[in-house]
Amino acid sequence: MSISTGSAWVDGSSALMKRYNIFRSINWGKAAVVAVPGLWLAIFFFIPFLVVFKISLSETAIAVPPYTSLLEWDLEEAYVTFKMNLGNYLYLIEDAFYLDAYLSSIKIAGVSTFFALIVAFPIAYLIARSEGSTRGLLLALVILPFWTSFLLRVYAWMGFLKKNGIVNEFLLSTGLIDQPLTMLQTDFAVYIGIVYTYLPFMVLPLYSALEKMDVTLLEAAEDLGCPPVKGFFLITLPQVIPGIIAGCMLVFIPAVGEFVIPALLGGSDTLMIGRVLWDEFFLNRDWPMASAVAIVMLVVLVLPIMLIRNGQGKSEEAI
Amino acid sequence: MHLKKIGLTAALLTAALSTTAVAEQQVLNVYNWSDYIDPAAVKQFEAETGIKVNYDVYDSNEVLEAKLMSGGSGYDVVVPTGSFLERQVKAGIYAEIDRSKLSNYSNLDSVLIEKISRHDAGNKHNVPYAWGTIGLGYNEAMVKARLGDMPVDTLDLLFKPEVAAKLADCGIGLLDSPAEVMSIALNYLGLDPNSEKKADLKKASALISAARQNYKYFHSGKYISDLANGEICVALGYNGDVLQAQSRAEEAGQGHKIGYAIPKEGTLVWFDLMAIPSDAPHPDAAHQFINYVLKAETGAGIANYVYYAVANKAAEPLLNKDVIGNPGIYPSDEVKANLFTQNAHTAKFDRKLTRAWTNIKTGR
Repeated sequence: MSISTGSAWVDGSSALMKRYNIFRSINWGKAAVVAVPGLWLAIFFFIPFLVVFKISLSETAIAVPPYTSLLEWDLEEAYVTFKMNLGNYLYLIEDAFYLDAYLSSIKIAGVSTFFALIVAFPIAYLIARSEGSTRGLLLALVILPFWTSFLLRVYAWMGFLKKNGIVNEFLLSTGLIDQPLTMLQTDFAVYIGIVYTYLPFMVLPLYSALEKMDVTLLEAAEDLGCPPVKGFFLITLPQVIPGIIAGCMLVFIPAVGEFVIPALLGGSDTLMIGRVLWDEFFLNRDWPMASAVAIVMLVVLVLPIMLIRNGQGKSEEAI
Repeated sequence: MHLKKIGLTAALLTAALSTTAVAEQQVLNVYNWSDYIDPAAVKQFEAETGIKVNYDVYDSNEVLEAKLMSGGSGYDVVVPTGSFLERQVKAGIYAEIDRSKLSNYSNLDSVLIEKISRHDAGNKHNVPYAWGTIGLGYNEAMVKARLGDMPVDTLDLLFKPEVAAKLADCGIGLLDSPAEVMSIALNYLGLDPNSEKKADLKKASALISAARQNYKYFHSGKYISDLANGEICVALGYNGDVLQAQSRAEEAGQGHKIGYAIPKEGTLVWFDLMAIPSDAPHPDAAHQFINYVLKAETGAGIANYVYYAVANKAAEPLLNKDVIGNPGIYPSDEVKANLFTQNAHTAKFDRKLTRAWTNIKTGR
């Protein structure tokens, strides 16, 4: 989420620059509307980002707070030293472990996003094509889980998946298996947890894209002898691509940095960058290193996503 | 309960806002482990002194440390574990304890005090709260079914691959605490549990890695309920947590009996220590609270309630039989002689340790 907001911030500021030349013709009401989210982003995204970035350039110290200051003031000699430590970033590159952790997170997030898309698409399709009152009810059902704490819902999955849990009890009683399956503390459980938790973030953008679609196009295609499957791939899919991209981003981005779900459902061998970050911060007490890991995570995610958005914008312009 | 909390918050707010108030309501901010005190003790302290106690809890030393290290935590009394306090003292975040304000200090067990001074020279910054061991929690029936009459008070259960393999199907859980588990592994190998040598770390890592495939998970809290309901059959955990699992298993009535054994190879003994942050807003009230905890009656009340041993010698005659007579809480002198403390490590070693631990866990 921070990503899309990040680029919105850039867009907003460049738009403001253009307006600078025509200062007098500024629409003050409009400017105020833009300023509110701009200010929000500055306070809750940009400034914290700079603070984290600053810490990532310092070194650990046994002190409060546990890192060195970038600026050193010497009042007697009246000079200021600025010391920047790039060692943390170099270490990130030198040590293959961090790359492994990033790749493993991206893999887990990618697979989860794919399955979330597969599960969410039929749901969104059904909701978009159903009648008014049913549609409202179905949409409410999608949002309903948010009324319960996220942590509780993940805990509930532990009850489902554990050795003497509901799923195993059911399978044993039907005779499908005669030994309980090990599902908890595996990557499988992590995938289930992520897909389940982030499903609404996939369903809602898909629904809004599908709902806007002109259904008469499908009818026209059918009249012209196009089979339904072909019609889906030629007409429906291209029109909901913005919804798919939005949904995938909303699932993929938080899933990469996910900490709670792998901690509760995953096995000890589930390596994710969120856990590495936790270890750097709490076990190594290395705040600068933890900050560097976080900054790199953001950059790794932001760049490809900005590129996608850029490409998307251009292709829309071409149309 | 909630109403009281609101009342308390309101009182705090008024106290904070009315800077000109003459008779200010005295306040004390305590930050302690969760489920680690008899609630009646806090109430009685409030009644005796008229000081309002604002009692917050945490469940890991790491969380406490992160809060203290950012500065300005606002707490007056905190209760870190020895090795953590050792490092935090070096960072200069604790005020010296004024013993002249602690009339009950002589109630403490001098043998334990001596051991604790390894963490804090002269015990200038700490007063012991409670202590315990890390040992083996086990499901009596499940382990007997797999190991027969083999004694369970041995770390062979975890570290001998052929023994651990027999227990793998009913589940083994280890604490997710690299420093503590690694020191126990080092001690098992006959090495210095506080060694920072690369070769020693390698040997201990190899020991755990060799049995790794038989472990279900590394986690520092899950084993309590998992032991209680038979999800796992052996856990390396804190004695108080295992005893909690024991009573939960009894309450659940599913027939699981949980035991606690201190391994004969020796294990780690930890001390949770009360300390006063140097920026504590109410140091006087903090001293009063610590002195109150040191009272024999208070100490006994806490131990009887939380099932952890207190370092309070004077409290021992007042302890319940199932506490003082429980070798899992108050081990015999013979067993005590085999216990070792874990020191704070250098930052460099912590980094190596964390990496070795991640490699063990992920099977890399």
